[in-house]
Amino acid sequence: MTVADFAFYAFAVTTLVGGLFTVLARNPVHSVLWLIMAFIGSAGLFVVLGAEFLAMLLMIVYVGAVAVLFLFVVMMLDVDFAELKAGMAKYMPLALLIAVVLLMQMGMIYGTWQFADGAEAARRAVTPDMTEVENTAALGQLIYDDYFLLFQLSGLVLLVAMIGAIVLTLRHRKDIKRQDVLAQMYRDPAKALELVDVKPGQGL
Amino acid sequence: MATDLQTILPELILAVYAMLALVGAVYTGKDNLTGPITWLTAGLMAVLALWIGTGSAGSTQAFGGMFLSDAYARFAKVAILIAGAAVLLSGQEAVARRGLGRFEYPLLIALATVGMMMMVSAGDLMSLYLGLELQSLALYVVAAMNRDSVKSTEAGMKYFVLGALSSGLLLYGASLTYGYAGTTLFSGIIGAATGGEISLGLLIGLVFVSAGLAFKISAVPFHMWTPDVYEGAPTPVTAFFATAPKLAAMGLFARVLFDAFGGAVGDWQQIISLMAILSMALGAVAAIGQTNIKRLMAYSSISHMGFALMGLSAGTALGVQAMLVYMAIYLTMNVGTFAFIMSMERDGKPVTEIASLNQFAKGEPLKALAMLVLLFSLAGVPPMVGFFGKLYVLQAAVDAGLTWLAIGGVIASVISAFYYLRIVYFMYFGQTEGQAQAPMSPAAWVALMGSAAIMVLGVVNLFGIETAAAQAAQALVN
Repeated sequence: MTVADFAFYAFAVTTLVGGLFTVLARNPVHSVLWLIMAFIGSAGLFVVLGAEFLAMLLMIVYVGAVAVLFLFVVMMLDVDFAELKAGMAKYMPLALLIAVVLLMQMGMIYGTWQFADGAEAARRAVTPDMTEVENTAALGQLIYDDYFLLFQLSGLVLLVAMIGAIVLTLRHRKDIKRQDVLAQMYRDPAKALELVDVKPGQGL
Repeated sequence: MATDLQTILPELILAVYAMLALVGAVYTGKDNLTGPITWLTAGLMAVLALWIGTGSAGSTQAFGGMFLSDAYARFAKVAILIAGAAVLLSGQEAVARRGLGRFEYPLLIALATVGMMMMVSAGDLMSLYLGLELQSLALYVVAAMNRDSVKSTEAGMKYFVLGALSSGLLLYGASLTYGYAGTTLFSGIIGAATGGEISLGLLIGLVFVSAGLAFKISAVPFHMWTPDVYEGAPTPVTAFFATAPKLAAMGLFARVLFDAFGGAVGDWQQIISLMAILSMALGAVAAIGQTNIKRLMAYSSISHMGFALMGLSAGTALGVQAMLVYMAIYLTMNVGTFAFIMSMERDGKPVTEIASLNQFAKGEPLKALAMLVLLFSLAGVPPMVGFFGKLYVLQAAVDAGLTWLAIGGVIASVISAFYYLRIVYFMYFGQTEGQAQAPMSPAAWVALMGSAAIMVLGVVNLFGIETAAAQAAQALVN
């Protein structure tokens, strides 16, 4: 067993165990922590594959930002997860049956899996040669040049998601008071103030 | 790159317009601009349809084969754009009257249309998926537009969750296909799939991709969301759901089956013909008990999708031509029918119960007559155009040796005639007075009367749509 093999198995086991306990953990906060472990394992797998840029991206974006955001959301939400899971027990036998069938089907597919002639070559033809071009340059070439159309379309999808979030949640309430700075500044003192000479011993 | 951009210019213009209008409206009149923006969007879509329809012939591809522009894509795009524009205009007044007049609505429809145009032009599994998601995401949002209504929110939520599930199935199938073929380009996949027997991995990929797409056209057994979403969504939005996206998804389905899996026609023929017969049967039977006209139209659309799938299942150029003609006729009928349903109201409140149409013909004979023509056409009664659409797909199925499917289609058609005729019966011979009225904006009136007129006048030569559909089918199947 070479060092690379050892590293692969170590990271693969980390990822699988992390994924498994993300689902199984009773406490949602623990789930998120297990998820972070799965992310770290996957980042390790990327390094083994030679995709160090993606590995760093996974660490910074997913572990650093997304997972922490998850953690905050999970901590703030007041959801009774035990109650949600209670419904699960009812459907467990059916779910298990479907899972077993799916598993057997997948076994059948992968047991007799064969690639088309030239599939390997076709797969390699898209990516630049790793020994000559570094990771970031290769990614840039693919995303911003070869797959320019897909990149822009993804941008449109995200734009629609943003519009959707605003359309469905933003409400302009009319019954609250808002500060209008200009109105405040241009307010005429003559209209707002009245000087009254109050005589001693008398009210207004 | 310049020629690539030129090829996608119509999509580009529509997308850029949507973004500019969005920013412009946010900084100026906001929701007060909904009316002008709706007209502008519909106008732009009509101009683009005209431009694409009269534009250059022949096939070009852009972005390394990820985007295809051929007669097939052009036919579908013209139909999508015209249907989208017609639904926007005929629904504009109903949208405003129901207090849903937000300026984002026409722009979301425009962005969904961009997605649909990408779908029918897709030449790669990735551009297929992104086009589909762009369309679907915009539709999820508009389904839940009426956020103060529990039903509308439920419709949006249901559509979103089930749509996400179907996208997952589609992506799983796409990844298996990629795993086998080593490429996501349709031209590469078809190269890997020729030679009679296809590999098990590719077959399962094909099944999952078909399942994902069958969800989008609401074919049985992936139809469960349709009645609830149709009923819950605001009626103008339902009108949109029932027209352009159906054609886009159907066009995409045919594109994938022929361009990518054209070497395995025998394998997917079974899947498609089974879905076709199930959709026709369920759509015909389940609609009988409906009392809500929107739910009825949902089952009606499931049944119609079954007929369109029957054309597809023939696996021939004639079958694709029949499918395109059928879908174009279906779109026209639905634009008119929904223009009427949108305007149905009683005491100023929208109604959707079929019973409220009792004795409708006494009050408004002209509109009742237009609805009669449209419903007869939907049912496939001979003198109307809808009959010829059905005849086409039946012919294609029989020619391809699927006689059992054609017989099933005829039986389903007879059953479904019952519930269309029941509405006519209520309108003309209803016992009690339903008190429904249908005040219409001029645009909705034109849509209703126009599509009813097309259903009658089209019997002469179907407005030459056959030749265009034949060219489109030839471009796809070769």
